[in-house]
Amino acid sequence: MTVTQQTDLTTAHTPTPPRRDIKTLLAYLVLAIGAVVTLFPFAWMLLTSLKSFQELFNLGFFPESPTVANYTQVITQTKFLTWFGNSLLVAGVTTLSVLFFDSLVGYTLAKFDFPGKNIVFILILSTLMIPTEMLIIPWFVGVTDIHLLNSTPGAYLSIMFPGLMSAFGVFLMRQFFEALPNDLIEAARIDGMSEFGIFWRVALPLVRPALASLAIFSFLGNWNAFLWPLIVIQKPEFRTLPVGTALFNGEAGTQWGLIMAASSLAVIPVLLVFAFFQKQIIEGIVLTGLKG
Amino acid sequence: MTASPASVPLRRPGSLKRRQTITAYTFLLLPLLFFLIVRFLPTLVALRLSLYDWNILKEVQPYVGGKNYSRLVQDAIFGKALVNTALYTLIGVPAQIVLGLGVALLLGKIRALQGLFRALYFAPYVTPIVAAAWVWQWLFSPQFGPVNTFLIWLHLPPQPFLTSPGQALATTTALVVWQNLGFQVVLFLAGLSAIPRTFYEAAEIDGASGSAAFWKITLPLLNPTIVFSVVTGTISYLQLFTQVVNLNFTDQGGPLGSTMTVALYIYQMAFGRFQMGYASAITVVLFVIILVITLLQLRFLTRRVDY
Repeated sequence: MTVTQQTDLTTAHTPTPPRRDIKTLLAYLVLAIGAVVTLFPFAWMLLTSLKSFQELFNLGFFPESPTVANYTQVITQTKFLTWFGNSLLVAGVTTLSVLFFDSLVGYTLAKFDFPGKNIVFILILSTLMIPTEMLIIPWFVGVTDIHLLNSTPGAYLSIMFPGLMSAFGVFLMRQFFEALPNDLIEAARIDGMSEFGIFWRVALPLVRPALASLAIFSFLGNWNAFLWPLIVIQKPEFRTLPVGTALFNGEAGTQWGLIMAASSLAVIPVLLVFAFFQKQIIEGIVLTGLKG
Repeated sequence: MTASPASVPLRRPGSLKRRQTITAYTFLLLPLLFFLIVRFLPTLVALRLSLYDWNILKEVQPYVGGKNYSRLVQDAIFGKALVNTALYTLIGVPAQIVLGLGVALLLGKIRALQGLFRALYFAPYVTPIVAAAWVWQWLFSPQFGPVNTFLIWLHLPPQPFLTSPGQALATTTALVVWQNLGFQVVLFLAGLSAIPRTFYEAAEIDGASGSAAFWKITLPLLNPTIVFSVVTGTISYLQLFTQVVNLNFTDQGGPLGSTMTVALYIYQMAFGRFQMGYASAITVVLFVIILVITLLQLRFLTRRVDY
């Protein structure tokens, strides 16, 4: 509603020929309709989650007497907060690891001259074509051999280890480090700085924007990871948010109010993060897409 | 571990090069071990497992040679999964590219609110897939779903959607396209912004129509973006799993196997029936399919455009 009003204002004052004016207006109209369709599932999810069980099948769009009963039920009767914490831990640790190792590898491949450099790069990049499905069976056989799935550090390590480094991140960071002038590194070398010190204190601070977008992609990917956690998690207290909600929703059966509340609780934090980091996320896609 | 600079007083070119090599491989040591152990070694293990009747619950894992592969050829459910996966890819990839490019072109025509619209279209991409799949199920519920309410309001017959073998695959694809659209939009916006404006100005002076400019300038110059989108999109559609599982949690791949994918079948074989040898054989086939299709796409879609 507000969208169309504002477009009227902006287009009314531009001194463009009338034919172009109509075209712009049409563009706004189509985009607005598309946006409504895109956002409808979110709206429906939120509004349904606020409906009481009696109201659920009324088919009305807005709840007549909104209630947070579904939310309190999800939080008190399920381990929602535990799942949330587990996901935060898993996504947090893997992201830190990805940031450190992928930038170290990207920096080495961009700024060092050594035999085997191209082979290493192609080797790492080629892992992008290996389907996850092919890896999970050997991974599973490997971790059950060690019998660590029921201990606390073992369980978390098993969930996390596939995501500790990513070929995509290596590629992204290499692109950024290549654009960095060599003079800075040479100057630091002449000053007698250690090679790791140059990477850590000179090069890394200069690629902060790249680190930000890599952090967000890595966090999102691990926060949403489903297939491997579903297989490897044996005890309910180690479930991550996607696994926990999927299994809970499966058990809740027809209690759609609860399912929608659980889904909303899973979606809202991610949307908030997105709202904050929108610029970095989009820049990250632009840079990989254009250079890839 | 690292070669300390204090111990190297001389700056002979040869020693510098050697020092660089040592430092580089010191930095690369752990990552190389990771990629070898967590990515390459399991690929080889999967190849080996595919030659065994490997069941994690059994004591002996007999070698069976190519038997798992010959079983694959006769497996009707695998055939169905393969056809379905091809359908998902053939519908989903073109749909998200056309819609993504369409929205990006429209966004290019407007000034105000461009950022807002871009953010709105992007929101589904960051939404957790599990949650989105359950919302989708409710939206397309035959009895209570708002989509059918809307159809009835338009005096159209209500549809069974996910409960019918004929419509479930399309409804599932729609969810994936809905989630991927925002990513495609951003990608194509970047691709479009890289096309120099002078080309369009020249075309306008020559009196070329808008559609001619699109076919002769926009589309050819967008080739790198389109190839990137086709290749990455195809790889992800060929591994479709999470959406399918969560859209029909009690009858995964149903109704009647109509939404079954190769990835889901691998999961069911390996972790439902513990036939990991057979499941590994399917993963090997999937790997080969992905490899061949990616290489073919890169070979035949990539065009060098010079103006």
